[in-house]
Amino acid sequence: MEILVCVKRVPDTAENEFELNSAGNDLDRDDLVYSVNEWDNYAVEEAIQIVDNVGGSVTVVTVGDDESEEVLRREMAMGANNGVLLSDDAFEGSDGKGIAAILKAEIEKGRYDLILTGAQADEGAGQVGGMLAAMLDYPYASLVNKIEAVDDATIKVGREIEGGNQEMNEIQLPCVLSIQTGINEPRYVGIRGIRKVASVDIPVKGAGDLGIDAATVGDAGAKTKRVDYFVPDLGEGAEMLEGSTDEIIEKLIEKLKAKGGL
Amino acid sequence: MTQIFAYIPFKNGSAEDVALEFPAAAGKIDPTADLTAVVTGAGPDLDAVAQEMAKTYKEVIKISHADLAYPNAELVRKAMTDVLPHDAVILVPHDTFGMDLAPGLSVKMDAAYAADIVDFEGLDGTTLKMIRQELGGAVYTHVTSDISAGAVITIRPGSFAPIEAGSAGGTVNDKSGEVKDLAAKRKFLEVVEAEVGDVDITKSDVLVSIGRGIEDEENIELAQELAEAMGAVVSCSRPIVDAKWLEKSRQVGTSGQTVKPKVYMAMGISGSFQHLGGVKGNPFIIAVNKNPKAPIFQVADVGIVEDILEFMPELTEAIKSQ
Repeated sequence: MEILVCVKRVPDTAENEFELNSAGNDLDRDDLVYSVNEWDNYAVEEAIQIVDNVGGSVTVVTVGDDESEEVLRREMAMGANNGVLLSDDAFEGSDGKGIAAILKAEIEKGRYDLILTGAQADEGAGQVGGMLAAMLDYPYASLVNKIEAVDDATIKVGREIEGGNQEMNEIQLPCVLSIQTGINEPRYVGIRGIRKVASVDIPVKGAGDLGIDAATVGDAGAKTKRVDYFVPDLGEGAEMLEGSTDEIIEKLIEKLKAKGGL
Repeated sequence: MTQIFAYIPFKNGSAEDVALEFPAAAGKIDPTADLTAVVTGAGPDLDAVAQEMAKTYKEVIKISHADLAYPNAELVRKAMTDVLPHDAVILVPHDTFGMDLAPGLSVKMDAAYAADIVDFEGLDGTTLKMIRQELGGAVYTHVTSDISAGAVITIRPGSFAPIEAGSAGGTVNDKSGEVKDLAAKRKFLEVVEAEVGDVDITKSDVLVSIGRGIEDEENIELAQELAEAMGAVVSCSRPIVDAKWLEKSRQVGTSGQTVKPKVYMAMGISGSFQHLGGVKGNPFIIAVNKNPKAPIFQVADVGIVEDILEFMPELTEAIKSQ
């Protein structure tokens, strides 16, 4: 099985407290810690496990700048065989469809049976996988939390739906799946693993290499654009308990008693 | 004039709550717009929901086909693409079916796409300004879409105040005949119901709910001791189940259990909308988190900025000594 996994370098929500910049229209990005999108690690792990079982290879691809190369290397340290960086000034400011169109161009240059994305990334839209599938006329399933092989032409996938239930589907190959967290336990990547792939060549492809008209992607081709970031005034929020820990606990126990918590 | 169409999800012949939220959302996009409900399915369930929607919507488009009895996004997409005008603004709930349907629908309609919208700031010409969140709810953004060639927009359920169900007699237009061949490369097999765990968290009046802040599996004991002292039950957010530290049946959220306790202790939980979507019945929420900017503090009644790993044992001791 030839598997392509689409990954993204994102600000790490576990490592950062997000602040706006002084102009108030963007994040203060100076000290942000970036990492690979959490969902993508599950997708790469799943791809590696499938290839371990049935053979084939795993390629990881991302659309991004030079710094995105580090997330490809990280996923290669996990066990992905190849990495491809799709990078061009013309790609900057792409909306979801722009990203999907760039990925589609790369996919059509290869031959993949299975294309995986994370169920969502930093923007929380969960859009690229479904768009990519529609552009390729491949079937699609989102929020996949189980993959079982059936035969060379078909796989069985479970989707996580409301209430913790699982919707089972049969889906024809080639297809696109967006992978939900919890489908597996992504393997740990140590410094040694990263060093092993530090000098592996990662090809970089731009709009010209992919045969993409620059006017159809990037900011020029985007119908949906982010204008600014802001933190709304959501009213008072919680009553914050302050003081020493003992004082806080005393106040909290009073409230718990009043509200039926004790 | 903007034409807005709302895809109505339903179960057992009854529309989901979001059906009454779409009219509020549409009014914020363009108060003069024509709003039409779209229902797809088969049999008496479909007819029932079409009639129900005609009480609130002036026009209801019904698309009936045996293969639509269980909503398969690929088929629903084909049906909607065949029936709806190509400059339509289509509203879809941002739920597990909407995430399957909407991105591909925007490609096939050649329309702008905006996901998980929580508010609209109105239409300027053909530019629609919207509000959404990024980074797990840590920040908000304004986004604009050029809707001159149509748009597919998913709205977050629960973000728009529902209107009262009406009693006006709207018309139901059966457009099933306009749907050409329906064929899909994906076939629905079955729904596997969630396993029932050893403890039913939906029955507990007090929940000690833990999130990422618990950091390590062995620290779960601290939450169990606190819950025991309080006569409460331990529940959790998604990352705890992903890490296999607690059973899925303990997970609160849209992809887990919906709980209605009197008191909800959110310990080291940041408060994503998927998590809060499972907390109903307006409980008294106490949030303890070492990050003062955690979104949970916006919705909690009482907030405490502390590390739960230090705070929980002290609280347990204090309760025991009462």
